[in-house]
Amino acid sequence: MKKIVLLLAFFSLVVIVAIGYLSDRNYEPTIVQQLKQKYSKKYPKDVDHSRFPILQQKFTSPQQVTEACESCHNLTAHQIMNSNHWNWERAEFIKGKGIVYLGKANAINNFCIGTKGNELSCAKCHIGYGMDSTRKIFADSTNIDCLVCHDNTETYAKAGEKGGAPAPGLDYNKIAQSVGKPKRTNCGVCHFYGGGGNNVKHGDLEMSMFEPTKEVDVHMGTDALNLQCVDCHTTKQHMISGKLYSLSSMNLSRVTCEQCHTETPHESDILNEHTYKVACQTCHIPVYSKVNSTKMYWDWSTAGRLKNGEPYEIDDSLGNHTYLSIKGSFIWARNVKPDYIWFNGTASHYLEGDIISDTTKPLVLNPLHGSYNDYESKIIPVKIHVAKQPFDPVNKILIQPKLYSPEKGEGAFWQDFNWTTASEVGMKDAGLPFSGKVSFITTEMYWPINHMVSSKEQSVQCIECHTRKNSRLAKLKDFYMPGRDYSPFVDIAGNWLIILTLLGVLTHGLLRIFSSKKSKKV
Amino acid sequence: MSKKLVYIYRGFERFWHWMQAILIFFLAFTGFEIHGSYTFLGYKDAVRYHNVAAYMFIVLIIFAIFWHLTTGAWKQYVPTAKNIKAQLDYYLFGIFRNAPHPTKKTVLSKLNPLQKLTYFGLKILVIPLSVTSGLLYMFYRYPTRHGIDAINVSTLKYIAIFHTVGAILLVVFIVTHLYLITTGETVTSNLKAMLTGYEELDSDESPKDQVDEKEINTIIE
Repeated sequence: MKKIVLLLAFFSLVVIVAIGYLSDRNYEPTIVQQLKQKYSKKYPKDVDHSRFPILQQKFTSPQQVTEACESCHNLTAHQIMNSNHWNWERAEFIKGKGIVYLGKANAINNFCIGTKGNELSCAKCHIGYGMDSTRKIFADSTNIDCLVCHDNTETYAKAGEKGGAPAPGLDYNKIAQSVGKPKRTNCGVCHFYGGGGNNVKHGDLEMSMFEPTKEVDVHMGTDALNLQCVDCHTTKQHMISGKLYSLSSMNLSRVTCEQCHTETPHESDILNEHTYKVACQTCHIPVYSKVNSTKMYWDWSTAGRLKNGEPYEIDDSLGNHTYLSIKGSFIWARNVKPDYIWFNGTASHYLEGDIISDTTKPLVLNPLHGSYNDYESKIIPVKIHVAKQPFDPVNKILIQPKLYSPEKGEGAFWQDFNWTTASEVGMKDAGLPFSGKVSFITTEMYWPINHMVSSKEQSVQCIECHTRKNSRLAKLKDFYMPGRDYSPFVDIAGNWLIILTLLGVLTHGLLRIFSSKKSKKV
Repeated sequence: MSKKLVYIYRGFERFWHWMQAILIFFLAFTGFEIHGSYTFLGYKDAVRYHNVAAYMFIVLIIFAIFWHLTTGAWKQYVPTAKNIKAQLDYYLFGIFRNAPHPTKKTVLSKLNPLQKLTYFGLKILVIPLSVTSGLLYMFYRYPTRHGIDAINVSTLKYIAIFHTVGAILLVVFIVTHLYLITTGETVTSNLKAMLTGYEELDSDESPKDQVDEKEINTIIE
């Protein structure tokens, strides 16, 4: 008897050890090792630009530098002039609207609203020189700003509010002689500061990414592989792959993790199976804005308050503006857990002049399409930026106000702080009707989170989604997820069945004990 | 009526029974964690261990089916209406009056009519329900464009709910089973029998028993 009990205990142990042994598979997949090798190779430069006499001449204007570039790269200008970085728009197909030309040139967002009429200020981030409201510069290829992308000295800078012209006092010879492939600094100088400050827009692209640690981004970390933007955003003839759905609508030219890591990068089959429906980013970017805060909420309706007739600002302890007279009130956040949505790679957009059908609900400016039942859809992480922005309650359209102008009295809100005149001038610039009334509407924008990838050790763990309470996917209710979902009927009925059974055997047992005692007494 | 020590549970039977017990406990323990009832091992490990244990359970079932078919032991589980009422009466009334078991336990008829019915239900309904829904759960693939539409299962929902139902029924069975173990000749005689294989049975049919035992031996060998 004892022997058999021991034997059973031994069997239990064997079973549990076997389960542990059979389910233990933790070794690094070789594909990651191959990638690490591939991307740590250093290649010498093909060309030394400092030896070209044409780049040693005295430059008096940035256009002369561009001419010098074009004298050798004489078939390149048209590539730039067909790009959306230059045109600030590209052809997009939007379901229900057909093909539209959409981009910064005409889009409305819920940050600084739109570029129309505000070119002098906004075009600081245009790859050209001297944009203004007439937008005539587009015709002349010498207005292409080669340097903003190709400067490798990190000394090139654009002037503020000059329509994209360079800052004064640059050493064009030094810059032009050191041109090369774009680095994180070249891209970041615009893409990290979109919306009028660091990390205002994206949440996953900000100045800590200039020299990130691998804690911030496991690929770009200077203490890791030190990848540059263009390592993933591969480029052919100045057509850069990847785009964001703040302005895009088609499932085209996307940069994916799979292009390096394959569709089944995990050792575990269960994890690989997740990739059918879950984007890599969902688990591998547990939080965004890891270093500096990002803007989550922008309330334009409070803008325009003055102290002694002067605009003012209020900052929080981290130095983020929480109020600016020119822009309104803000809420910032750091180490943010993303929201999650289904996304199939297509989006719609609110275009200027679109009638808002329901002004009582928040207006989503870029609805991202997708659902569980859609074969193309995956769950992706997003930053949802909420704003209150001006709209015309009579015409039911969003207002594109005139914000920037160098002088007072031209109607610009940032000078005159009057919504009615700013709207009137702005809507005239945009060629849209204006009733004379300004009201405010809540708008939302969805910003897919793709950067600030964490190491696999820090990725989202199973239990963070597969749990009944506070699941990261609590809002996605159109499918059954183990651990989160259950049938309340089965659970309640099952619990009662188990409780009643326990009570039954307990009562039966007690009765037996009781009756056997009684019979012994007798 | 004299008592005689009879070899009633053979080696494989006991091995099968206890392995099954270990695995079902383990599966229930990890399974209800996956279900979200509590947190102990961590979700990831619970899933990993649950899946491996499930495969071991399936292998065991295959061996058990083979054993039952080749030895003819499957006949033990064919339900019978005979004596069901007597057995019910015993559990509801007789047991409190120290009445004798209404059916005799023999090597060829180890199970009373209620046991037959219960084990038959387990083997025909609950275990297949759990195993089938479990395999579907494991091999569930989200519908993709490249799949065959007709065999796409669009949601895990019903698979998971049926699997839960199976698990709850097994828990109910285990609770009842653990209690009824104590209703043998003595409180521990059933447990001892399943551990050692031997149980003291009424020997009035002993000659027949011995013949049967021999018969079984020859079949097995």
